[in-house]
Amino acid sequence: MSGGSYYVPATSKWPILGSLALGLMMVGTGMVLVYDRGTLLMVVGILSVLAVMALWFRDVVRESRQGLYDAQMDRSFRQGMGWFIFSEVMFFGAFFAALFYIRTFALPWLDGEGAKGVAALLWPDFVASWPLMSPPDPAVVGPEQTFSPWQLPLVNTLILVGSSITLTVAHEGLKEGERATTRNWLAATLVLAVSFIIIQGVEYYEAYAHYGITLEAGIYGATFFLLTGFHGVHVIIGASILAVMLVRVLRGHFARDNHFGFEAACWYWHFVDVVWVGLFLFVYVF
Amino acid sequence: MAPKLPPHHPVQQSSTVSGAGQAAAHAAPRGLMRWLLTTNHKEIGSLYLIFSLSMFFIGGIFALVVRAELFQPGLQLVNPEFFNQMTTMHGLIMVFAAVMPAFTGLANWMIPLQIGAPDMALPRLNNFSFWLLPVAFTLLLSTLLMPGGGPNFGWTFYAPLSTTYAPPSTTFFILSLHIAGISSILGAINIIATILNMRAPGMRLMDMPLFCWTWLITAFLLIAVMPVLAGVITMMLMDINFGTHFFNAAGGGDPVLFQHLFWFFGHPEVYIMILPAFGIVSAIIPTFARKPLFGYASMVYATAAIAILSFLVWAHHMFVVGLPLAAELFFMYTTMIIAVPTGVKVFNWITTLFRGSITFEPPMLFALAFVVLFTIGGFSGLMLAIAPADFQYHDTYFVVAHFHYVLVPGAVFAIMAGGYYWLPKWTGHYPNVKLAQWHFWLSVIGVNLTFFPMHFAGLAGMPRRIPDYALQFADFNLVSSLGAFMFGASQLVFVAVVILCVRGGERAPAKAWEGATDLEWTVPSPAPLHTFETPPTFRPQAH
Ligand code: HEM
Ligand SMILES: [Cu+2]
Repeated sequence: MSGGSYYVPATSKWPILGSLALGLMMVGTGMVLVYDRGTLLMVVGILSVLAVMALWFRDVVRESRQGLYDAQMDRSFRQGMGWFIFSEVMFFGAFFAALFYIRTFALPWLDGEGAKGVAALLWPDFVASWPLMSPPDPAVVGPEQTFSPWQLPLVNTLILVGSSITLTVAHEGLKEGERATTRNWLAATLVLAVSFIIIQGVEYYEAYAHYGITLEAGIYGATFFLLTGFHGVHVIIGASILAVMLVRVLRGHFARDNHFGFEAACWYWHFVDVVWVGLFLFVYVF
Repeated sequence: MAPKLPPHHPVQQSSTVSGAGQAAAHAAPRGLMRWLLTTNHKEIGSLYLIFSLSMFFIGGIFALVVRAELFQPGLQLVNPEFFNQMTTMHGLIMVFAAVMPAFTGLANWMIPLQIGAPDMALPRLNNFSFWLLPVAFTLLLSTLLMPGGGPNFGWTFYAPLSTTYAPPSTTFFILSLHIAGISSILGAINIIATILNMRAPGMRLMDMPLFCWTWLITAFLLIAVMPVLAGVITMMLMDINFGTHFFNAAGGGDPVLFQHLFWFFGHPEVYIMILPAFGIVSAIIPTFARKPLFGYASMVYATAAIAILSFLVWAHHMFVVGLPLAAELFFMYTTMIIAVPTGVKVFNWITTLFRGSITFEPPMLFALAFVVLFTIGGFSGLMLAIAPADFQYHDTYFVVAHFHYVLVPGAVFAIMAGGYYWLPKWTGHYPNVKLAQWHFWLSVIGVNLTFFPMHFAGLAGMPRRIPDYALQFADFNLVSSLGAFMFGASQLVFVAVVILCVRGGERAPAKAWEGATDLEWTVPSPAPLHTFETPPTFRPQAH
């Protein structure tokens, strides 16, 4: 930092438009959920959020390519992305904690275990088990059967772990300046990502059509969809980021030693991957 | 209020600026657009502070509705449904829209100045974080007008009150809280990146003013727990709208799960509202005692210890829900341990005062009141931490007394102390001393009249969150209500002080307080729009 001046970015209209768009999206979503109308508002809201994000990131890419960002800005971006991923970890952490709490404490207590097992008075016939096939109240219909982890979920695990590997190869290629490698392996990663999403879609279809696993199917269905659903949303986001990266690679963006956008996409993708491994173990296997 | 601070000085007026400042090259938008688009940490800081002050009054009016109803036994002014909405909205607004944004505003203004940075690390994100807040809280306030009324389940929104038995507007409440949460997380990321990455060359972490340290740790807490809040309200949203059973035992869920998740967020949240206050007080006391802060390093370690422990104490809010004995004991002891680092801090402040040449300027008045009154809140916290005793105190006015002592003469007084301390830097004028003294004494008397009797009412068994009460509590409540109106009215004096200070008053030099030492006092008063565009030279002083 020898006497140089800092980079202070120009004002931008995207932040304010972004907050208005987010407000629109939330109002629209609330209208749809509560009053069953306002679909248009919700759609416009969602589209404007997406549009603002696209335009804001476009500006950042442009400024980055004009060489406006210095090493300090680069560090700020890295730290920003790192802490953002940490916040995501905590978000999923809450959901995993809910799952563990239900399995280790709440259900056995409902079954009358321990000094506090008064709930046995309410539903004396209730037997705790996991996966919970028959919820305490007979009015709540539990799942009919659960997935074997060794079919689609295993396939998806292999796909996602594989995609982390292909992405790493692509990244190494970028660092070596072998753009063809980067392009091909990144494309392969994207194919794997899309296949994961499709298989997850098939599984959701199966869940509702044949397995009786639904959002309403007691706490098993609720935690199943909470964890896999939010993970799925993150895969879609991650895949979209990777798609943007592919376009940028094709357009000749990124230097061997300066490609934080690409790296951030990798970080995010590995995070999504790790969450899945946790899901595979604790939602499907154990 | 007219958007007058900070004055838009041409860059040359700043003594610390090199000619090459890039920001000067961009033609700055004027008028309303200047405030909508701004990426300047000082302007954004002012926006946060103005927003927070406005919300402080809105939340305050809700509280006065509550106190007016409780002035005497019986139902007289509002019906119980509306009363519940008022207590709920008061808590939500004060926590999320008044106290938290006030600290973020102070962080925006002061952290770059204290570490010698030209701005926050991610200035556009900074603008985004701010403008999410008016959106979030307009939405939240609008729930009051929706069919079925606004949130009425308390600021802690326990399920199933907030799910099965909640008004339809609850979905909007959840969505608005999501927006506010995004704002907090992004703001916190920005603050961490600024502190870790933008310090003047030569400034090590252990050279930073404590306000920066406490905010660094607070920002970490925010990033760690706001997502948990987002998670738990998402589960509420699904229980309400998609038929899940997370918090409903009929389907195998558990309402107590809600409380665990909420308080895992909620307890660190109360430290989010007090750690930056510690930082402000740790700046003011040495300045007006004209002595360096006693035990700088121990202050840093105590702050970190409080932050780590705050993840291990959450169930002290749940002693009566039916936890296993082992859990009661665990959470009782961890909670008591938190009092140790807290005690270290109080000890250090008092030792700093010891044999100092103390003067009682307005910031110092508030800081001293903070030390005394916050400590009272800490002691009542210790009483509540004793699990068997809490079986008696829980959900009584004693708890209300406890958290208002730590939050009003604690967090809010520290914010006001910070305001009086830095107003000369922001406006170039000293705040009017006479008026400030009136504000101080009226506030101190008002706060104690309001909240001290609540200890007695609570110990005598008066439950919280009720619009009517048994006759034996009448005297305590009468005093509380009178005190509350006095406190509320005296805050108008504060507004007067601020407006007068922006308009004029005795001119302040760069180093507005004789004993002040941090970097912010090296730039002119009022601080020009752009400061430290080239890094200042920083010489560490012995702490
Ligand atoms: C020595 C430190 C402290 C201890 C030992 C402590 C202990 C406790 C305990 C045990 C409770 C639960 C009481 C009950 O519900 O029965 C409580 C409630 C509360 N405390 Fe503290 N506390 C401390 C400091 C603080 C600080 C610094 C703040 C905020 C700035 C704070 C804010 C609150 C709030 C808001 C509640 C009530 C939440 C509610 O139920 O609405 N406390 N405290
Ligand atoms: Cu607590």
